[in-house]
Amino acid sequence: MGMTFAEKIFARKTGREIVHPGEIVSVRPDVVMTLDADAEIIHRFEELGLPEVWDAERIVCSLDHYAPASTTRMADLHRKMRLFARRQGIRRFFEVGDGLTHQIMLEKGYALPGLLIVGTDSHTPSYGCIGAFGCGVGASDMLSIWATGELWFQVPESARIVLAGRLPAGVSAKDVALAVIRDFTAAGCTYYCAEYEGETMHDMPLAERFVLANLSVEMGVKATYVAVDETTRRYAARSGSPYEAILPDPDARYAVSRRIDMAGLEPLVACPHAVDNVRAVSEVAGTEIHQAFIGTCASGRIEDLATAANILRGKRVAAGVRLLIAPASRTILEEALEKGYVHALVKAGATLLAPGCGPCAGIHEGLLGESERCISTANRNFCGRMGSPASEIYLASTATVASSALHGVISDPRSDL
Amino acid sequence: MNGLIRGRAFKVGDNINTDYIIPARYLDVYEPKELAAHLFEGIGADYPQRAKGCAVLVAGTNFGAGSAREQAPNALKGAGIRVVIAKSVARIFYRNAINVGLPVIRCPEVVAVVNDGDEVCIDLTSGMIRTEASGGFAFPSFSEPVAKILRAGGMFPLLAKMAPRLLRRRPGRS
Repeated sequence: MGMTFAEKIFARKTGREIVHPGEIVSVRPDVVMTLDADAEIIHRFEELGLPEVWDAERIVCSLDHYAPASTTRMADLHRKMRLFARRQGIRRFFEVGDGLTHQIMLEKGYALPGLLIVGTDSHTPSYGCIGAFGCGVGASDMLSIWATGELWFQVPESARIVLAGRLPAGVSAKDVALAVIRDFTAAGCTYYCAEYEGETMHDMPLAERFVLANLSVEMGVKATYVAVDETTRRYAARSGSPYEAILPDPDARYAVSRRIDMAGLEPLVACPHAVDNVRAVSEVAGTEIHQAFIGTCASGRIEDLATAANILRGKRVAAGVRLLIAPASRTILEEALEKGYVHALVKAGATLLAPGCGPCAGIHEGLLGESERCISTANRNFCGRMGSPASEIYLASTATVASSALHGVISDPRSDL
Repeated sequence: MNGLIRGRAFKVGDNINTDYIIPARYLDVYEPKELAAHLFEGIGADYPQRAKGCAVLVAGTNFGAGSAREQAPNALKGAGIRVVIAKSVARIFYRNAINVGLPVIRCPEVVAVVNDGDEVCIDLTSGMIRTEASGGFAFPSFSEPVAKILRAGGMFPLLAKMAPRLLRRRPGRS
């Protein structure tokens, strides 16, 4: 009997021939990442009295969740993280405005096929998009890794998800992900590693694969895996670092195996207040919006800014709507400046935010007031997440968000492309 | 691990995510008592009042979904919750709760019969939950690493106990 991707990762990390789902193992992650929302770890680490972290070269730290700081308390936490990184010799430290950690992990080539990556962010399973096992944990688990280099895991079961058919024009990975979540529901993949393959994936560029892996978190996954192919290898080769990809065996045993047809897919939207409350854009078209947001770890890449610029170039965002755009990283912002996307978007009335998480988690820059409605490229639309408990969040693709900003109501982007 | 927990139940529904437990605007707070002042602020104005004086949180499916914030179990702990019994739990929340020394028990049968405000008694050592109206329910024992963390009172106290040994293991460094 063959092994799934998840089983093979833990077999490699434990140095064993075979591992079984449900087994508990203690392993050393290859790369770990921590961000400003978990700055508490620094106090805790210092309280332990250990002079040095386990391996400064394997630790990535960044300031993205509330960057630039919006309270003096946050500013102090940023200051402490900077000082700690300097003292500990953590060279992979990223500043306010450098961007989202998940994006930086890919741009710098820290995430590579076959690696076990642990991060203090629930969207760490995004690294499945390049064939890495990415797993989210909380602050104390990260403290354990900083102190000992190790952490315990349960070898997960896997769900095999075959996406069949080629995507029609005007639909993208966000729509695919929402279709998958609609099928599985919000807790339908809890504790599983979601392993994706199929014809839909073949044409999917890396940025889109990222969105699919990222959104998968909203059905409870522990990790994801997108079938390693030429797209993955091109990405990995750019990093210049050696790597050893892990592919699931053809005769692996899956807890769940599902095939979902994507050929007839239309643009979808997750309605308030749950990510699995999915409807076709056509069903809710015409719903008035007050804010549109393009950014977060589920968007904000150069492809997204190109899509938005193509829809909005030479036009004007609807009156009464504010369009906020947060590029996923400084590198993307620079590229978007060079390519004229920023010019087109700002001329159309968009407000540019610092690269980072933006208002997604409702911490800063772009909160919602009472009875306001936002359409967003983010991955969560829980009640009150972006501000007032009496506000609403709709989640959709970058194209749908840009079209909706243009018309002031939720709109099918296919007529603007 | 504190063997016996007895207290009043505070019952919540399905899909109570970490944004509802503690909104992200408090991510710069770590102190459980301070977090507790904002517990369930994301879900409804009457929740904090209703949760007062309850030691047992009884929840539906997918409790703690969403963000990896450890502030969520810490806020529960700060508010006096000593154990969570749920139909099912999101995986990062589960780890985080154990790591702050808050036991989480997956036991749908108990959730089905316990009402808001009921007295519930949990024996973590023998793996039994006693309810007012429906008698006793057994729950499976904690896995080895989880039991070890809970016995120490959480991940930090466990690491603090290990620290002298970890210091010795670091060769040639001061």
